[in-house]
Amino acid sequence: MNKITFTIDGQACTAEAGQTILEAARANGIYIPSLCWFEGMKPAGSCRICTVRAGGRYMAACTQPVSEQMVIENMAPDLEDMRKALVEMLFVEGNHMCPTCEKSGNCELQALAYRYQMLVPRFPYDFPVRRVEPAGPKILLEHNRCIKCLRCVRGVKAKDGRRVFGALRRGGRKKIAVDLSLAAALSDRRAREAMDRCPVGSILKKEVGFIVPVGKRKYDATPIGSDLRKAEG
Amino acid sequence: MSNYGIIQRIVDRHGGDRSRLVDIIRDIQSAESCVSPESVRRVADLMGLPTVEVEGVATFYHFFTPTPAGRYAVYLNDNIVSAFKGRATVAEAFEKAAGCAFGKTTPDGLIGLHSTSCIGMNDQEPAAIINGVVFPKLTPARARALVGEMKAGRSVAGLVKKFRPAVRNNIRRKGPVIFAPHAPGRALRKAVEKTPEGVISEVKRANLLGRGGAGFPTGLKWEFCRREKNPPHYLVANADEGEPGTFKDRVILTERPKLLFEGMTIAGYAIGAAEGLLYLRSEYAYLLPRLEKALADLRAARLLGKRIAGRKDFDFEITVKLGAGAYVCGEESALLESAEGKRGEPRDRPPFPVQVGYLGRSTSVNNVETLCAAARILDKGAEWFKGMGTPRSAGTKALSVSGDCRLPGVYEIEFGTTVWQVLKMAGGTEAQAVQVGGPSGTCISRGQFNRTISFEDLATGGSVIVIGPQRDLFEVVHNFMDFFIEESCGWCVPCRAGNAILKRKLEKVTSGKGTPQDLSDLESWGKIIKAASRCGLGQTSPNPILTTLQNFREHYDMRLRQGADFVSEFDLAAAVRPAAGLTGRVLIVSEEGGHE
Repeated sequence: MNKITFTIDGQACTAEAGQTILEAARANGIYIPSLCWFEGMKPAGSCRICTVRAGGRYMAACTQPVSEQMVIENMAPDLEDMRKALVEMLFVEGNHMCPTCEKSGNCELQALAYRYQMLVPRFPYDFPVRRVEPAGPKILLEHNRCIKCLRCVRGVKAKDGRRVFGALRRGGRKKIAVDLSLAAALSDRRAREAMDRCPVGSILKKEVGFIVPVGKRKYDATPIGSDLRKAEG
Repeated sequence: MSNYGIIQRIVDRHGGDRSRLVDIIRDIQSAESCVSPESVRRVADLMGLPTVEVEGVATFYHFFTPTPAGRYAVYLNDNIVSAFKGRATVAEAFEKAAGCAFGKTTPDGLIGLHSTSCIGMNDQEPAAIINGVVFPKLTPARARALVGEMKAGRSVAGLVKKFRPAVRNNIRRKGPVIFAPHAPGRALRKAVEKTPEGVISEVKRANLLGRGGAGFPTGLKWEFCRREKNPPHYLVANADEGEPGTFKDRVILTERPKLLFEGMTIAGYAIGAAEGLLYLRSEYAYLLPRLEKALADLRAARLLGKRIAGRKDFDFEITVKLGAGAYVCGEESALLESAEGKRGEPRDRPPFPVQVGYLGRSTSVNNVETLCAAARILDKGAEWFKGMGTPRSAGTKALSVSGDCRLPGVYEIEFGTTVWQVLKMAGGTEAQAVQVGGPSGTCISRGQFNRTISFEDLATGGSVIVIGPQRDLFEVVHNFMDFFIEESCGWCVPCRAGNAILKRKLEKVTSGKGTPQDLSDLESWGKIIKAASRCGLGQTSPNPILTTLQNFREHYDMRLRQGADFVSEFDLAAAVRPAAGLTGRVLIVSEEGGHE
């Protein structure tokens, strides 16, 4: 097969033709911070946290295919600061109160904030007024926490393949919503999947909560991305 | 039930075709003056779509409203030149006469007042679109009279008869490429005598660069498209000129539609397309009859349709597709999404439209002016074309000049013309600043008026806004930032969240609370938004701030709080006002935010 050779921060890597930068990096044991990306799902390039630089140009690693002899910067200080800024933008754009959130410890946004040692965002909080919306018998939509990553829109489908979630409006008024009848027909398993796909605590499964206690959750012991850094070492 | 019947008929008229969902919703909006949640559900039922998908499309576009927009829906332009020309007094007159505020509809549902982004009438502002008809050069008296007639029940056709709103072309300077006399068919006949590859190489030799602003070589785009393996390919003309201050495509579509269609047909021949689409911004829907007439004439002259220009093997048809109010659809991949009946959100590239474009077909998307220039090149030759302009920027450029100048209008100039020359032609030499390329372009100061309109210096889609010495530059910058915030599709974080943050910081500075740190924040945050954004909208959205910071630094410095290292933007008084109101306590907070 035609293998592609390229570098990330000077480290020699190989990839299959057609792989995105992010997939290829993972295959080489290199962590590129990301948020809206989800394995096996079509990338959206919405959070921009995986932004890398190649040939002086900025690009989202999750949507950009890797090409032969590409020289990619991933951990440059200005890129890391840009990612931190994007995380901070998400924190001030919504209302994120980690201590009361069911997803705390499993939340990828929170995990990234820890990774970037975010204490107080550089941006002023917006404190928008947003609702908690019942979305059928199985799930709740906690709009305060929604980051519009579109994972639910892309990945949660009804039995017949139709999309359960969708985006309404545009710009800062953009909002995620469900088709109520399709959401009502979700099986418990799919509803659980929808919650797990949500990187934050915006999609919540009704009737069950806090099954895994705080302290024993995914990022409580190991920081985000550390699975890949281990492979690297 | 009657509503059900109407919706059913509209869906049937479009064959229940998913790719015509925007058309379906438009027809519902015009039939019912809104797209209600019930209508959304019915469309979804009839088409077998999730309701959220239909609602997603219906809520994306500015001209679709969930509640009645008014039997007379007044959309008043809110761009900066409209403001220069007295928008505020006109708006006030509308509000007083109608008895309702902007953003609202009168309780009886008769009149709705709405603000809207630039409608392409900057040479005759303030202007409003009322039920699809453009009423330019409004005055408070005219606004009052219009409302009076609406209340008297006069139809929109009646309003037109009484007020004779005429959109003027204002062509101030005709150049040899776009506005020279045009004999339809000559370029096309010459083109089809060549092979498609021959046509492409002629356009490449002419060094034609895309006129929308990005400047991609047109011949190369056509070549990429032609080489794709999956015929038939598609040709799309981008007539979604939404950059505030530009209106030259409006004038081209009015005055030279056949030149455009000829260019489209030639492009179709070159890339291997049998169909072309003109994506027309909703604001220009009033041009449809004129465009349809031009298409009919061309068909009759066998310059369109089957066996064009006597070629047995060349068929080409053109249809017009309307937008529905979204600036971002001027971005070619968002345009394609919209043309496919979806939310007009840009796509990730690759794949590029030449690979996977309209309905999955390889597609070349070209600007209206580019296609007109291509037709001229085929008629008069690459050498003739290259004889104009500069070595890097061949040919002419149609500029839309507006703002504080005596002769606003369209100027077709050769590339390499200086801003000063343009100002002299337009009678705007008093300007303190000129915004070249619209909000996404550059704001330059008097010291830079010797810069040239060209791809190597000031690249522009054609918008030139003259800002007179009497204007507050910050009013302009605020207006432009509001525009980007309104028009962001919201897909990516930096554009969606970042621009609102920038705007807030700018407000802090202009309200006299800024420190030097705030200016450096504006700069570094603006750079982050530019670098991280997903499409051209976000990548240029901080430009109003960044280019004025660069070229008008003294305006910013003058607004800074002297001697202050830090001023909190937290407004204690505002933060506790609701609580104080609820408890009936008297608020005693000093201006600096501390308790007294």
